[in-house]
Amino acid sequence: MGRIQATFERLKKRKETALIPFITAGDPDLTTTEEVIHALVEHGADLIELGFPFSDPMADGPTIQAASERALASGTTLAGILEMVVRVRRHTNVPIVLMGYYNPLLSYGPERFAADAAAAGVDGLLLVDLPAEESAEILGSLRQADICLIQLLAPTTPLPRMRRLAAAAEGFIYFVSMTGVTGVSQVDAEAIREQVLALRETSPVPVAVGFGISSPADAAAVGSFADAVVVGSALVKVIAAYGASPELASRVGSLIRSLKESLR
Amino acid sequence: MYPYPDANGHFGPFGGRYVAETLMPALEELEQAYRDAQDDPMFQQDFEDYLRQYVGRPSPLYFARRLSEHLGGARIYLKREDLNHTGAHKINNTVGQALLARRMGKKRVIAETGAGQHGVATATVAALFGMECEVFMGTEDIRRQSLNVFRMKLLGAKVTAVTSGTATLKDAMNEAIRHWVTRVRDTFYVIGTVAGPHPYPAMVRDFQAVIGQETRRQILQAEGRLPDYAVACIGGGSNAMGLFYPFLADESVRLLGVEAAGLGIGSGKHAASIGAGRVGVLHGNKTYLLQDDHGQIEHAHSISAGLDYPGVGPEHAHLHEMGRAEYQAISDVEALDAFQLLTRLEGIIPALESAHAIAQVVKLAPTLRRDQLVVVCLSGRGDKDIHTVAEAMGVELH
Repeated sequence: MGRIQATFERLKKRKETALIPFITAGDPDLTTTEEVIHALVEHGADLIELGFPFSDPMADGPTIQAASERALASGTTLAGILEMVVRVRRHTNVPIVLMGYYNPLLSYGPERFAADAAAAGVDGLLLVDLPAEESAEILGSLRQADICLIQLLAPTTPLPRMRRLAAAAEGFIYFVSMTGVTGVSQVDAEAIREQVLALRETSPVPVAVGFGISSPADAAAVGSFADAVVVGSALVKVIAAYGASPELASRVGSLIRSLKESLR
Repeated sequence: MYPYPDANGHFGPFGGRYVAETLMPALEELEQAYRDAQDDPMFQQDFEDYLRQYVGRPSPLYFARRLSEHLGGARIYLKREDLNHTGAHKINNTVGQALLARRMGKKRVIAETGAGQHGVATATVAALFGMECEVFMGTEDIRRQSLNVFRMKLLGAKVTAVTSGTATLKDAMNEAIRHWVTRVRDTFYVIGTVAGPHPYPAMVRDFQAVIGQETRRQILQAEGRLPDYAVACIGGGSNAMGLFYPFLADESVRLLGVEAAGLGIGSGKHAASIGAGRVGVLHGNKTYLLQDDHGQIEHAHSISAGLDYPGVGPEHAHLHEMGRAEYQAISDVEALDAFQLLTRLEGIIPALESAHAIAQVVKLAPTLRRDQLVVVCLSGRGDKDIHTVAEAMGVELH
């Protein structure tokens, strides 16, 4: 059993909703990211979404755009991120999902990426701009390396398509809570409740909800009907404000604790 | 039979639909609506009527006698897209897409723009059809093309300044895509070139194909035979695709696309995606891109804002790989020289984009026989570039 599945099963027994923090790797540099990951795990993160930066983040709002720019400015590359994951893996079994845009990975080489990522201890991959229709060219390599390709679904996804994509889902499904980019508006939990519940009924894997979840109240509202909640921009803002400060780990820790508290 | 794009929107290994899941249903809806419109004689009639009555088509195919004599080889014909309403070929496509938006019941259109020509063309049709219009434009381009910014505002469009990244066309397109994701249910995204996710590359090509269809008819009428060369400049490549497409099956016609070499390919400051790029994925399609070793997109450079884009339409990537079209690059300096040459010899001030195609003809024509035929797409007029040219010539305008 993979780390992702084991984590969700453990939480299910405890009737807890999973907390998935998102951070951009290399923001402001990889040494800091490594410290932040340890703080996240220590204070209650159940799975880590680790963004790899891209020059043209078309699905992201200003907060994560700026994080990508900081990461690129500090020279962050996919290879460097995988080396950091190797170091992180020595200390923790938390599932790690890399998230980003297709081009850096295509440039790295899908086959080489799958092998290197698996060796580093990466569990899943989420590509914002690679819909199921275009994923054939990397799916084989990922399966061989035992890395899940996480499927995104959106509120605009029609039901038949949702059923079809959910049936083939691996790891978990990432349901995007709204039409829009990351970190701009607040989630309307009631508006998506029915869609998420319907999705959970047909999905063979857990359903995580992301976009617009920034406070413990948002997390609790969405967490009442989802298997997991993803918090990105709210956390990235803390890193932007305290990136170079000795307070960073404690600030990250207190945000994660309050979010996780709301999901128990 | 040329079978591209295939059912999934691929031109060989290029093209496709690399977008966020949120947009996938909108693209499927658009593809279906476009297919229905293509099969609807009323839609085609509407499109042709607007091209004739509003755009002023057909545009002339003008024999450039003095330019031909000066260069000493070839008979050079200019396809005068600069004489279209709004001054460039861009309007052909925006009329088509606005008619499609109207047919789909969308009352709001958005667009990205580089030089401002596509923004103006979109704002124009939005005014014509009573639609709300928002145009995304990089702050660097807003500075270079202030006249077009004011034209868009006069036409009732909202111009949104984009400061992210390099603040040019690529970033304007990122921002337009972000906005489209947010308002996908009520907004039609009018893409200005043969790039983006399927069906845009094919749809824009089809709307622009009127350029090549007319050229083919006109050259046959004027000379009784097909041209030896068809030449056009390439940013994303819509005027080139429009010119080339109706000649694809005519193997005797050599197709020549002209990218921007900027300060020179070796300088790293250029926009020659086919000439010096690698295959990658950006803005919804797989194609040649300017990118570093890690897959980060690099800055493009050209004196012409309309060519200042680090990618190229996927069908051009495919035609390049098939060997059906050839791609060359022209520098800023060569384009400026051609700009002045055409202005002096023919009394036609070309857009800086089109001046790249003219510059290629300046190199090509002397190698040809006097009776060989070259058609070149004069994609736009140069009024918008007067300040840029003056600056490059060291002339201060007040």
